[in-house]
Amino acid sequence: MTRILLSSVAAAAVLASASTAFAQTEIQFWHAMGGNLGEAVNAQIEGFNKSQTEYKVVPVYKGSYTETLTAAIAAFRAKQAPHIVQVFEVGTANMMAAKGAVYPIYQLMADAKEPFDPKAFIGPVTGYYSTTDGKLLSMPFNSSTPVLYRNKELMQKAGLDPNKPPTTWPELGEMAKKAVAAGAKCGFTPQWQTWTMIENFGAWHNLPYATKQNGFGGTDIELKFNSPAHVKHIQTLADWSKDKTFVYGGREGRSTALFNAGDCAFHIASSASASGIEKALTPEKVGISMMPYWPDVIAKPQNSIIGGATLWVLQGKPAAEYKGVAKLMTYLSSGPVQAKWHQETGYVPVSLSAAEITEKAGFYQKNPGRDVAVMELTLNPPTENSKGLRIGNFVQIRDIVDGELEAVWSGKKDAKTALDDAVKAGNDQLKRFEAANK
Amino acid sequence: MEKRVTFNERWLPYLLLGPQIIITLVFFFWPSGQAIYQSLLIEDAFGGNSKFVWFENFAQLFRDNSYAHSAQVTVVFSFLVAAIGLGVSLLLAVMADRIIRGATGYKTFLVWPYAVAPAVAGVLWGFLFNPSVGIVAWMLQGIGIEFNYVINGNQALMLVVIAAVWNQISYNFLFFLAGLQSIPKSLIEAAAIDGAGPSRRFWDIIFPLLSPTGFFLLVVNIIYAFFGTFGVIDSLTKGGPAKATEILVFKVYNDGFRGQDLGGSSAQSVILMIVVILLTFVQFRFIERRVHY
Repeated sequence: MTRILLSSVAAAAVLASASTAFAQTEIQFWHAMGGNLGEAVNAQIEGFNKSQTEYKVVPVYKGSYTETLTAAIAAFRAKQAPHIVQVFEVGTANMMAAKGAVYPIYQLMADAKEPFDPKAFIGPVTGYYSTTDGKLLSMPFNSSTPVLYRNKELMQKAGLDPNKPPTTWPELGEMAKKAVAAGAKCGFTPQWQTWTMIENFGAWHNLPYATKQNGFGGTDIELKFNSPAHVKHIQTLADWSKDKTFVYGGREGRSTALFNAGDCAFHIASSASASGIEKALTPEKVGISMMPYWPDVIAKPQNSIIGGATLWVLQGKPAAEYKGVAKLMTYLSSGPVQAKWHQETGYVPVSLSAAEITEKAGFYQKNPGRDVAVMELTLNPPTENSKGLRIGNFVQIRDIVDGELEAVWSGKKDAKTALDDAVKAGNDQLKRFEAANK
Repeated sequence: MEKRVTFNERWLPYLLLGPQIIITLVFFFWPSGQAIYQSLLIEDAFGGNSKFVWFENFAQLFRDNSYAHSAQVTVVFSFLVAAIGLGVSLLLAVMADRIIRGATGYKTFLVWPYAVAPAVAGVLWGFLFNPSVGIVAWMLQGIGIEFNYVINGNQALMLVVIAAVWNQISYNFLFFLAGLQSIPKSLIEAAAIDGAGPSRRFWDIIFPLLSPTGFFLLVVNIIYAFFGTFGVIDSLTKGGPAKATEILVFKVYNDGFRGQDLGGSSAQSVILMIVVILLTFVQFRFIERRVHY
């Protein structure tokens, strides 16, 4: 059954790339950005195509991240792969392990003799996708980090100062309780719970997610996110759920519907959700600030880690075409292009210069809170625990964690049992990944 | 005198059968063969690292608690979908068969749900029961029932069963109605003259004569519950919460396409293939004996 799908996708890919013979060298770029984001991607690519005459990049929208990756894999196996494919961050370890399939960025840039300075980038953005000695493997494209959104109207109703966001979890709990007491349907709800409440929670408190520098140091690793601090955090949320101080709104981004409807006082969500949230609630009602922390775990928060996707270059094309790919990478990571992308979408820029350009243009003054994401990422130099995650079979592990957390929210398990079980089942996935990639 | 059409040409029957055989080979046997081969490999998705591991993928599945759990969910789910789906549609068909005025109108309405794609059906039901904006969830809350399929596994399972049944009822209904209409009126009338009431007539005359249709629908419905409900589950719950609605076919998709674990996923499809072959065999071998044609 799987094969029917794979081969039909491959057949479609063959048809799509059959018409590749012009004077201009065509570069296929498969991405997963629909709607407004898709238009922003097309605008970027159009900008590149107009900036030179030698290459023509063809952006193709391939559906969700999963669909895009599946299509690229099928096309690669049929020897009809695109030059560039956008892959989500959880696929990083699997992409790295795909020997002979990917062309690392640092090598691509060196081979094409394209000037390239990894130091111009924001540490946690590129660190997530670099080898332990700092060599960049894939080009960060759309990166975001979780931030705390607050509904100022609900805070006012509860007699709280809407311009004073909570900075610690105990504070957030107290404020959320007051908001619920004043009639709010929900105090706090997080988006992408595995990413915000486990992965970023760890980085923010400088706690490991897995051994060997969160997997950067090898594939023979074990998960570590069942530490007492993690257990305490999840148990606290579970206790809060009894009086609606905490409300679970579903997997991935589904809980944002609750915050957008004006039900919740606080919401931890991707910085890229900012424009959608502001559109739903009007910008005056929304405040954005840094994620809270537990003062008894860490004196000051460490730094957050990113989510999102990067551009991977696939092997198997003539060298001349890779020259064009390298030029595109340089164009996409240049300051002005990144600044525009950052302002339009809410994704964080890859380079510090883009943040400076945005600052100088007065964007952050007009849109307060949009600088929080970059502030969180650059709060401190990243440690082994806050550089990023390099976890094999990460998609399955996230599913396992999602399932176990749901067992906690529904009262079937306590936090300790659930996290222990998640670590155990996750470790089995890691062993399997290690066996496949020896 | 024997009246029998024969073909003198030896190749003609093969030629006429050809297209069907080619389609079967290309679209059924080839992919199945590939799945069996793939199930013996552990490899990364791009095919760079490939290792032949014999039955390691299968052994892994049988060690995995979540696979047993998924099998259990599938059994419960399929039983509920087939039982409720057949029961409700039989009732509707019997009722529609008795109606004299406006029968076409009722029948048309009852056939409509079949025109809705499973994925769309999933979205519709999900919207009705959505814990924060759904109208049915809101009404249930009004009478004191907290309905939240995002957290509550049993409620989620109930919801996917309802959506799957709703989507399949029209199909069952059509076949049952056709079956009912093909039962000779004289038999029923004779029974009535002998003094049998409606319920007696149903159980002693109609039900046995309907059994071929019922048997056919049982097979179709179980296969539907195994495979055809993917769209409903994917759009409603994605197998959650806490794997409460993760039926086997969804796990195949999830591990293979989202997780890029092609070996493990192929092993699951091979097992699923064997289960369905066995199930169909058992149905024809044992249940069919009780069916009166």
